[in-house]
Amino acid sequence: MRTMVVWCPDWSVTAALLERADTDEPVGVEAPAVVLANNRVVVCNAAARAEGVRRGQRRRDAQARCPELVLLAANPDRDARWFEPVLSAVEEVRPGVAPLRPGLLAVPAPGRYFARAGAGVDGEEAAAAVLAEHLVRAGVWDSRFGAADDLYTAERAARSAPEQGCVAIPPGSSADFLRGLPVTVLADDGPEGAELAGVLRRLGLRLLGDFARLRAGEVSNRFGGYGTEVWRRVQGDEVTRLASRTPPPELACEIAFEPPLDSAEAVTFSVRTTAERFVAGLADRQLVATGVRVEAEFEEGVSARTWLHPRCFTSRDLVDRVHWQLQAGMATSGLRSRKSTGEDITSPVTLVRFLPDTVEPAGDHADGLWGGGADDQVVRGVARVQAMVGYDAVQVPVLQGGRGAADRQALVPWGERPVGLRPVERPWPGRIPGPAPSRVFAHPPPAEVVDEAAVPVGVTVRGLVTGEPWRFRVAVTPRALPWMPIASWAGPWPVDEGWWLVAGAAGAGAAGVAGAAPARAARFQVVGVDGRAWLLRWSALGPDARGSWEVEAAYD
Amino acid sequence: MSVRPLEIADPQQVLDQLRGRIAALQGGPSRLTVPVLPLFDGLLTLRTGGVYGVDSATLGMALAAGASQAGEWVGFAGWDDFGVEAAHQQGIVLSRTVLVPAPGEHWLEVTAALVDVLKVVVLRPPATVDAKSAAILDARLRARSAVLVVQGDWPRCEARVAAERVAWAGLDAGRGRLRERRVTLVARQPGRAPVRTEAVLP
Repeated sequence: MRTMVVWCPDWSVTAALLERADTDEPVGVEAPAVVLANNRVVVCNAAARAEGVRRGQRRRDAQARCPELVLLAANPDRDARWFEPVLSAVEEVRPGVAPLRPGLLAVPAPGRYFARAGAGVDGEEAAAAVLAEHLVRAGVWDSRFGAADDLYTAERAARSAPEQGCVAIPPGSSADFLRGLPVTVLADDGPEGAELAGVLRRLGLRLLGDFARLRAGEVSNRFGGYGTEVWRRVQGDEVTRLASRTPPPELACEIAFEPPLDSAEAVTFSVRTTAERFVAGLADRQLVATGVRVEAEFEEGVSARTWLHPRCFTSRDLVDRVHWQLQAGMATSGLRSRKSTGEDITSPVTLVRFLPDTVEPAGDHADGLWGGGADDQVVRGVARVQAMVGYDAVQVPVLQGGRGAADRQALVPWGERPVGLRPVERPWPGRIPGPAPSRVFAHPPPAEVVDEAAVPVGVTVRGLVTGEPWRFRVAVTPRALPWMPIASWAGPWPVDEGWWLVAGAAGAGAAGVAGAAPARAARFQVVGVDGRAWLLRWSALGPDARGSWEVEAAYD
Repeated sequence: MSVRPLEIADPQQVLDQLRGRIAALQGGPSRLTVPVLPLFDGLLTLRTGGVYGVDSATLGMALAAGASQAGEWVGFAGWDDFGVEAAHQQGIVLSRTVLVPAPGEHWLEVTAALVDVLKVVVLRPPATVDAKSAAILDARLRARSAVLVVQGDWPRCEARVAAERVAWAGLDAGRGRLRERRVTLVARQPGRAPVRTEAVLP
């Protein structure tokens, strides 16, 4: 079977430039650019080569030769990611694409269908021209094509082709073509090839044909596995088979509404079968979705959101998510009564689409023999509460790492997966040891602490209290407590965090002090004579010991 | 292979437990006991369908912890300052906990819906409740075999647990840190003498 290889030279540079084109500082395709790893040039494009930049050069050497050189970091994932559109562009013309590596792919040569009688163009060259046209439409200008009986020869042919051109090796003459090539082409195979090419050149073997005249025994003794492989290829014995990929299955489902629906209830009712089809489509491939992107298109505007599920999505969960998402788009208060859920959406919905964001094998999420996860009954009951007060008003408490009492916890809406939690098991120096406070205030209420002379207590720059705390009062809702003499206290424990953040960022202290540096702060534990214990926080208002007090938590 | 007899420390206790479960399966007495922490032994027994009052957040968590450890689902409504780590330290299983921090004006309906599916619901009512609404919720509790623990005012409680004479240990003038508290727990039940017990709370 004839094989055609498509080669996009310097793909890493092309991919990086394509990515840069999406950002705010795009660089022209013709600009000299290199991809660097460990401060050495890995790949350079033609413009850079023209300036004298070479592979393996140090960064400063390359910059010395070409000062306007665009430096790009190596990123194999990016190369592979940007090659995907190229694969699908080729796939449109000829299925059975085999990606070899980013920048290089092979297809079974699409021969006769593209041949034009009387035009004087060979079938394969015509096919290559069609492919090149397709790739240009996909944004890839430099692509080269080679067609031959086997993959190795086709790749070599592609590498010797001109820009957007095709080199077709006639059937049966692959070995002849390879024998005419200089040994230096082996350097394209990587460090192994470069080493072999160097050795052969020093032995006086200029062409691969000279190498082919050696005997099999000599080659395998002296040049190892790689050398033997090359030798067999040059002899024309080795035929590499093509491992073509199957195109990824289409798992997304969508439903269009004609005429557009203007009520969330109607949409929710209508997407039920689509959600079932989506889940069934995944189940056919032994998959379940743990993250789904729900896109709703309105007559004006689009609403898209990725939902994560603590376990895996069933069709009922998906319908719920659609409902929540459409409700969130409505301009209502956070609180919805049971009666008011049938409100109209701002703009009629024309289309709802489910896209699998994260899929996992169904076996990992199967129910245990005695069930697993939340009881069905509890799930239904909580769903009813969510219908009353909004989906994010029902929460699941989770622990996370942190220093302050409020940092050590997180509340996750029911039915969502917690993401971005700090690990608990780290030591977290500076946190308050001992029993945790049972009440942790999300919005710390203010407090006052004075010493025996009724002077507000502060903390000096040295971390000392200006006076012994004598009385305090806290303005905890629903009613402020009266002044309370202090039975015992401990502190100050300086809050040594947040200084690495920029002023005005989240770390500037809960007091919200606008200044150059985060405010100094200290924590105190205070027990009143009534036996109630509090965790108080003092934050400086200025360079001296003046400051404000607030209640972080209570040991109620 | 020899069969070794089970080592049971207290056969009577196991028998009682099994009898209780048989009674539950037979739909016998509607007032089942709900497990509590050893802290409350001799002080009170939680029975389904009852409303119990507490005077502090810690006691509310402690009353729910026993059921949570026994594998039941528990819920907290009206707690906008829920101390997650404290709940974890008390022994509440967080993965079986539902939290409605701000139920808003529909708090009574939310509580009723939670009572339907959870074993123990700890409520901090944002407003006073009238006797009629409380009676409706009572009926719901009995029908669904759930327990309501209220921190705050409630018209009629089966028992009220309060902490008297709290003494924190570990703190001095400027030194140390809070370690534990010794409290005298008192349970007041209508028509009975108050029961007191010494306990150490975290």
